[in-house]
Amino acid sequence: MKTLHVLLLAAIWLAAGTALAQGLNREIGPDGARHVLNRTGFAASPADIEQFAKLTRAEAADKLLRAARRESVTPPPAWVDEAITPPYKLRDLSPEERMKENRLNIERGIELREWWFREMLDTPSPLTERMTLFWHNHFATSQQKVRYGQLMYRQNLTLRKHALGNFGQLLKDIARDPAMVIYLDSAQNRRGQPNENFAREVMELFTLGEGQYSENDIKEVARAFTGWSVDRDNGEFMFRRFAHDGGVKTVFGRTGRFDGNDVLDMLLERPQTAEFITTKLWKEFVSPTPDMEEVHRLARIFRNSRYDIGALMRAMLTSDAFYAAENRATLVKSPVEFVVGTLKQFNIETTYLRPFVFAAAGLGQNVMSPPNVKGWPGGEAWINSSSLLGRKQFLDRVFRADDMPMTPAPAEMVAMMRGTAGDVDKAQRRTQAREMQDMRDSADTQKPQPNDRESRRDRLMQRALEGDARRGGGLKMDLNKWSAQFRSKSGDATAAMARVVLPMPPQNPVQPVMMADRSQEALAQVRQLVADPTYQLK
Amino acid sequence: MRRDHSHSMPPSRSRRQFLQWSGALAAASVTPGLSFAENADFRNLLILIELKGANDGLNTVIPYEEAAYKALRPRLAIPRDQVLQLNPGTGLHPALKPLLPLWEQKELAVVQGIGYPSPNLSHFRSIEIWDTASRSDEYLDDGWLTRAFKSQPVPRSFAADGIVVGATEMGPLQGLGTRAIAVSNTENFLRQARLARPVEDQRNSALRHILSVERDIVQAAGKLNAHHTFKTDFPQGAFGNQVKTAAQLIASNAGIAVVRLSLGGFDTHVNQPGIHAGLLKQIADGMEALKAALIELNRWNSTLVMTYAEFGRRPKENQSNGTDHGTANTHFIMGGRVKGGLYGQAPQLERLDGNGNLPFGVDFRSVYATALDKWWGVDSKAVFGQKFAPLDLIRA
Repeated sequence: MKTLHVLLLAAIWLAAGTALAQGLNREIGPDGARHVLNRTGFAASPADIEQFAKLTRAEAADKLLRAARRESVTPPPAWVDEAITPPYKLRDLSPEERMKENRLNIERGIELREWWFREMLDTPSPLTERMTLFWHNHFATSQQKVRYGQLMYRQNLTLRKHALGNFGQLLKDIARDPAMVIYLDSAQNRRGQPNENFAREVMELFTLGEGQYSENDIKEVARAFTGWSVDRDNGEFMFRRFAHDGGVKTVFGRTGRFDGNDVLDMLLERPQTAEFITTKLWKEFVSPTPDMEEVHRLARIFRNSRYDIGALMRAMLTSDAFYAAENRATLVKSPVEFVVGTLKQFNIETTYLRPFVFAAAGLGQNVMSPPNVKGWPGGEAWINSSSLLGRKQFLDRVFRADDMPMTPAPAEMVAMMRGTAGDVDKAQRRTQAREMQDMRDSADTQKPQPNDRESRRDRLMQRALEGDARRGGGLKMDLNKWSAQFRSKSGDATAAMARVVLPMPPQNPVQPVMMADRSQEALAQVRQLVADPTYQLK
Repeated sequence: MRRDHSHSMPPSRSRRQFLQWSGALAAASVTPGLSFAENADFRNLLILIELKGANDGLNTVIPYEEAAYKALRPRLAIPRDQVLQLNPGTGLHPALKPLLPLWEQKELAVVQGIGYPSPNLSHFRSIEIWDTASRSDEYLDDGWLTRAFKSQPVPRSFAADGIVVGATEMGPLQGLGTRAIAVSNTENFLRQARLARPVEDQRNSALRHILSVERDIVQAAGKLNAHHTFKTDFPQGAFGNQVKTAAQLIASNAGIAVVRLSLGGFDTHVNQPGIHAGLLKQIADGMEALKAALIELNRWNSTLVMTYAEFGRRPKENQSNGTDHGTANTHFIMGGRVKGGLYGQAPQLERLDGNGNLPFGVDFRSVYATALDKWWGVDSKAVFGQKFAPLDLIRA
């Protein structure tokens, strides 16, 4: 009996092993390709899917990782190398000049965001951008406090450079990154007057996670980082020897004359760091609910590779969990993924990205300005009644249906559009035009208001979609050409589209769209797909 | 981002967990001695008005007799003969004239000296502290109302737990698990809501969440309307429109526990006098119209209206004929069951801190506790993790 049991177990084991090996050596197929490309990028094209479908998991991961970049392909705004105006000079400015300087910094922040969105759209390595976004959220730093666009740009360079490189090096570079030094008050951390802000966050949020250190560790770590500061004249990192506390500290039970570098090494030595980072990456790329056994395995790989982020990502992207059916379509697209992904998915081109930067901000993700040092809560918290209607309205405006010919449409078409937006659109656009005018009027009469940001965003969005003679803009979109990719395939074109655009079968049954006017048919098909709730998932 | 470690606080982890669990515990509690569970009454409506950018409380409710007031504000002090006197020494900004009848009828409470320990002077961070009712050194994901509704759920039959009028950020209603709806214009919302389509339930948690938000939108849209015609004249302008929208939603009589309105522009660093007077007028006109509309709807006695903002402004005027970020502030609470009068701590102009800012006398969570404990009968301790004494300003 016992022998039988053992044999049985062995048989199951062998079968499982074979299945696993098969999973590793088999082609990932079109659905697997779609999954890995969307989880590591913004939107997969049918051509990319076709190419990746023939690869094994390892080949797909290697291909993605080989394409990783350390620099942007998009040239940055011209001012990024301009000298900063030191804070003490700002104080001497007249109120008008100071306001001008403020406006300049705000404008530059927006240009920086446009630059980044452009890079997300144009890069040959979307994974690099997804990782850069991940590290931006991990080492959250806000321009609202840092102010200088130049410093935010420099930080972005650092995040991008190490995005798939070495985490230890990334951590060390970030600890002396001027934007971070300003954001977490390291510049105020002096011998005798420690400021614990950076000390706490470097442990709680950047490496170990909550509860893995004592309040006393925080005090001692703050002492070790005293003197880490910024040169006010050029915005470069600067170690102020005389502000540094060179005394003996006790951190994690070890005693010595530690400085900041020693502490960072100690943080990297502790196993919790690899576990913490791996768990966070799991939630970003695999599922909202980490499988702790798998996390331990991956974290070991991460640590053994001396924090090679690429090695960890390779292990994660080839794991059974990553491809598991129950983990597909379980993550909510972030606003940036949603906005950039929509432009990419449907080959929508525009020269003017500002409205899309604002659209993502309006939906809850203003890059370069995370809500606080914890970053964006993300996940399901991206979706509330305001942001969900906002997402739907965004799609509704991008894929406007009211250029539709007024010739009688087939009955099923009318039925389909009712309840989405076909009949709604006209009235809504009229109201919007009226609102837009109201906003202009009120903006003219009652000077700048924080609330006006929303109306400004609205106006910008409208301008971008319709094109604006002064600023350019306007969307170039050819949905007929886009949909032609699917017509050549055997079977139903709408279903083929759904398999590319949606991460799982649609919740609203897909109606085949048949219209006399072929040019409206593609639009109707696309509107149907993006209206499905599963379009919000990845 | 400054944190204060002068008090020994429990590590934030345990507190966060406590806050997560306390809601669940309170909801699950069946202890007969606990009277809160039975008493939560969301037929009492709460209306919050956020004065975005931080209203200058000192030029709103004015200590016009104080020599220090005039000394700190040689250009900005409101001349004594223009102040609308509330009592000897304290008066309202002249633009707040529409509030005088409320004061005289003893339906307006003026709460002075509201703030919190270790104040943060960043707009962004400080409003986050107010919205989540956190300490100044902790970060919470859920708004204080979200936590309140988790501990004491609003009846499912209500159109929504809360409605945010005229803004896209949910403020005190942020976070998961609350049915919070954002509406800027009722007709628009009802039109947009047709874009939302509820579908059958799901095993996938993310999809389930999206579908439940869609359902909330559809449920709200199905119960709310803009049919009521008011005799009340609503003022023109952004805030007047919000008041009108709020009144229409309330008139739908479909069940709403809380409505949040907001007016921006209070960050008056430069040329404050004209801008501030204009904003206060909008608020006062709006509050007057709100009262009239609520009386028409027979809701005045079951509505509590409170103003709030991220912080107050610095007593000493700046070089640009304006004021910079401050700390303690004055707010208004009105309603048919409010015991009118002055509450809290008058501005301590002789006791400014190192930044020249006012000490606070009333923790903002005491103001929230007034709404939770006294207005709704929701145990505020379960929401905040500690007890803040509510203010005694509501008539039974």
